Amino acid sequence: MAKNIAVLGDSESIKGFSAVGLDIYPCDELTEAGALLRRVADSDRYAVIYLTESVYLSVDKVRARYEERMSPAIIPIPGVVGNKGTGVSRLSSFVEKAVGSDIIFNHQN
Amino acid sequence: MAVMNVNPTRMQLSKLKKQLTTAVRGHKMLKDKRDELMRQFLDLVRETRDLRAKVERELELCNAHFVNASAVMSKQALDGALLSPKQQVNVEIGAKNVMSVEIPQYETTARSSDKGDIFPYGFAFTSFELDDAVMSLDRVLPDLILLAQYEKSCELMSAEIEKTRRRVNSLEHVMIPRYQETIKYISMKLEENDRSSRTRLMKVKDMLLDKAHGYSERQ
Repeated sequence: MAKNIAVLGDSESIKGFSAVGLDIYPCDELTEAGALLRRVADSDRYAVIYLTESVYLSVDKVRARYEERMSPAIIPIPGVVGNKGTGVSRLSSFVEKAVGSDIIFNHQN
Repeated sequence: MAVMNVNPTRMQLSKLKKQLTTAVRGHKMLKDKRDELMRQFLDLVRETRDLRAKVERELELCNAHFVNASAVMSKQALDGALLSPKQQVNVEIGAKNVMSVEIPQYETTARSSDKGDIFPYGFAFTSFELDDAVMSLDRVLPDLILLAQYEKSCELMSAEIEKTRRRVNSLEHVMIPRYQETIKYISMKLEENDRSSRTRLMKVKDMLLDKAHGYSERQ
């Protein structure tokens, strides 16, 4: 089944994505982000959901429900305010989970 | 290590021996699975790290283009220009099986394949900065989708590796030693029973011989 791609985040960061064919869900209030993400993810229409970093960090409880599922993939991207390194620390947490200690990123930090 | 709570019988012994061989074979296989998964996972993580660095760099550029665009255009004009998207990206999710972990494969199709036809607005009332911004975003999109695929795979694989590692450890340090201990316990108990019945038989034989021939009386 063909699915689409969604982007959640502050409206400034994400408005460009609508032009290239992604569905955008502006979310300027971080307190509402969890409910919005749940609604978007449970609609089962999206294969990938991109979150801007600030939103990503505020919804870790909701995110945990989708970790073991194949779809949707919830991926952090840097917003317009700049890169906070969430994506890299997420990757390093995967390595830590799998190996026991981070053997790939530790020499960089 | 604690011995299991079982009856020391031959039946139980052969059952346990069978279980031990299964456990040892399972342990070897899971260990192989863990090692192979780990190798593939680390390769994938390295690739993902490089891809993420690239995507983040490009997204930063896109954001800069958008900031430029919003500087020369009014907010209403900018929002209006982006209001009705022309393009729609569809993703077909396939699955690839890597050592029993299902990882996603995304196949994307766009509604309009013409790169020049993605702009959702007429060029008359918008600035060229906006064109730049949309074009740069369109360029980074394939990498962005690939990144999602890689990162989801990493996530699923790391969970599976953790599970496999736990299984391997519990087999190696708990199950197998417990079986071995119990097998040892049962076989020693059986040998002990054997010896005790043998001595009893010898004793009885002695007593019978004594009765028949009266050895003790002769002396």
